[in-house]
Amino acid sequence: MQSNAALEYDYTVAKLFTYTTILFGILGMTVGVLIAAQLAFPELNYLIGEYGTFSRLRPIHTDTVIFGFMLSGIWASYYYLSQRVLKVSMAESKFLMFIGKLHFWLYFVGALVAVISLLLGISSSKEYAEFEWPIDIVIVLVWVLWGVSMFGLIGIRREKSLYISMWYFVATFLGVAMLYLFNNMAIPTYFASGGIGSIMNSVSMYSGTNDALVQWWYGHNAVAFVFTVPIIAMIYYFLPKESGQAIYSYKLSLLSFWGLMFVYLWAGSHHLIYSTVPDWMQTMGSIFSIILILPSWGSAINMLLTMKGEWNQLTENPIIKLLVLASTFYMLSTIEGPIQSIKSVNAIAHFTDWIPGHVHDGVLGWVGFMTFAGLLHMAPRMFKREIYSKKLIELQFWLQTTGIVLYFTSMWIAGITQGMMWRAVDEYGNLMYSFIDTVAALHPYWVIRTLAGVLFLSGVFIFAYNMIKTITSSKELAQEPKNQSPMAA
Amino acid sequence: MISLVDAQGYAKIIMTVVLVIILYGYILHLYRSEKKGERDYEKYGKMALDDDITSVPVEKNPNLPQKKEGEK
Ligand code: HEM
Repeated sequence: MQSNAALEYDYTVAKLFTYTTILFGILGMTVGVLIAAQLAFPELNYLIGEYGTFSRLRPIHTDTVIFGFMLSGIWASYYYLSQRVLKVSMAESKFLMFIGKLHFWLYFVGALVAVISLLLGISSSKEYAEFEWPIDIVIVLVWVLWGVSMFGLIGIRREKSLYISMWYFVATFLGVAMLYLFNNMAIPTYFASGGIGSIMNSVSMYSGTNDALVQWWYGHNAVAFVFTVPIIAMIYYFLPKESGQAIYSYKLSLLSFWGLMFVYLWAGSHHLIYSTVPDWMQTMGSIFSIILILPSWGSAINMLLTMKGEWNQLTENPIIKLLVLASTFYMLSTIEGPIQSIKSVNAIAHFTDWIPGHVHDGVLGWVGFMTFAGLLHMAPRMFKREIYSKKLIELQFWLQTTGIVLYFTSMWIAGITQGMMWRAVDEYGNLMYSFIDTVAALHPYWVIRTLAGVLFLSGVFIFAYNMIKTITSSKELAQEPKNQSPMAA
Repeated sequence: MISLVDAQGYAKIIMTVVLVIILYGYILHLYRSEKKGERDYEKYGKMALDDDITSVPVEKNPNLPQKKEGEK
């Protein structure tokens, strides 16, 4: 490198992950809308033979939005902000540049193969861990590459201390590595059966209750270490930077970090209340879930207080609007989850529509808004152009907020109705309703949920259009914006 | 004899108590070291705000190879 050339941050890898965030977001949420429609109108199951059935498409939805949209957004943010808070450019190390690009390409190819395998019905049937073992091996490699990339960059940093976002990224790396390895221990049925089974299809190394426990220890902590921890990493950077306000209390951010790490790992058994796991474990799952409110709200309140004295920005800057609503939805879902973990509430909530309702106020409001805000903040800096349209962000914001509210309110009503109908008995103790009675009662809410999905998805398309226009044809910027992202009206 | 499941339960409670003590100890440590003027945690918030490649680090990494500093 020329020694007199000014050193700049290198966003090559962050840009690549930005593109896949948009791509997988559209793909995963289009499938989400389709399966929502299928629940309301079952005829839609038979559009394209076996490939279009709910059972095939549901894991494609969940895995594409989680490991496609969300993870791409996390990595786009990581490759962008890690350089900045460590004050070192990836361009300073050819090795790290190479690893970063390899990380992306292996991930991208792996993700495509994974989607195709699910479409073909190749699945280990464990929720969020459906991929069969060859894909698991690719995932492990991708993860290791991220680790090399991250610790490599940390190794050559100029800033001595790690900014709080980096703590959360490191925790994501370690947490997922441990969870994923343990939960995906499996043996191809070919070997397990002495030659009759298949090489591709595998069975878990755990059985019965143990398998359920390991699965939900994983499943819930996937929520922790993919849906929460790295998203907090993002908001701790993007909100202060976009608003120009330092984190309200850095100490509180450290405390919430350790609180979250300590409590989250023990809450998973709330997925198994009234099952065959030991009673104390169920009770502890409930208790730890309640305690989880503290570190969760610790982070969220810290974010809201960061805006102290600057609330006018909420009306002036739609990116701030997305960020503030993201922390608000985070508060909503982290109070709702603990409530659902209380044994008596869980008796009504479990297996009902209230659960996907809860999931989606978190993923749409918290993860979705945070991801959109992050990408919008990065775009002018990565592509050196102003954001194409402020009006379009506003439009997206309102369409999606309406979508989210319709989604969770319809699922609340549907879920509680469902739970009550299932347990209703007449004076002789006979069940009052059969299953199909509940289906008929819930139909209107499933239609509303589909509509909610259409609204949210329209917002995603508007966002994609806005991003593409920003990248290709928006006004060029002479210098990097300091805080508020520049945008054309 | 207590069963294995019960033993696990007790082990978990003991571990929880120990971790709670550690966590509270950490809170005390944070606030105390700031009160005594040994550390200033809030200055780390600046790392996100002032994050150009040419910005002066809040605390310079002492392990950085000498050459890199020269390059800058
Ligand atoms: C247009 C937006 C979306 C729509 C219409 C939608 C729709 C759906 C539907 C219909 C289900 C199945 C519910 C059931 O089986 O009863 C589902 C499940 C799920 N979705 Fe979405 N979704 C959307 C966006 C997202 C996003 C962005 C994420 C994550 C980033 C996500 C994560 C999940 C998860 C984790 C589940 C499984 C929930 C469970 O097992 O309880 N969804 N979604």
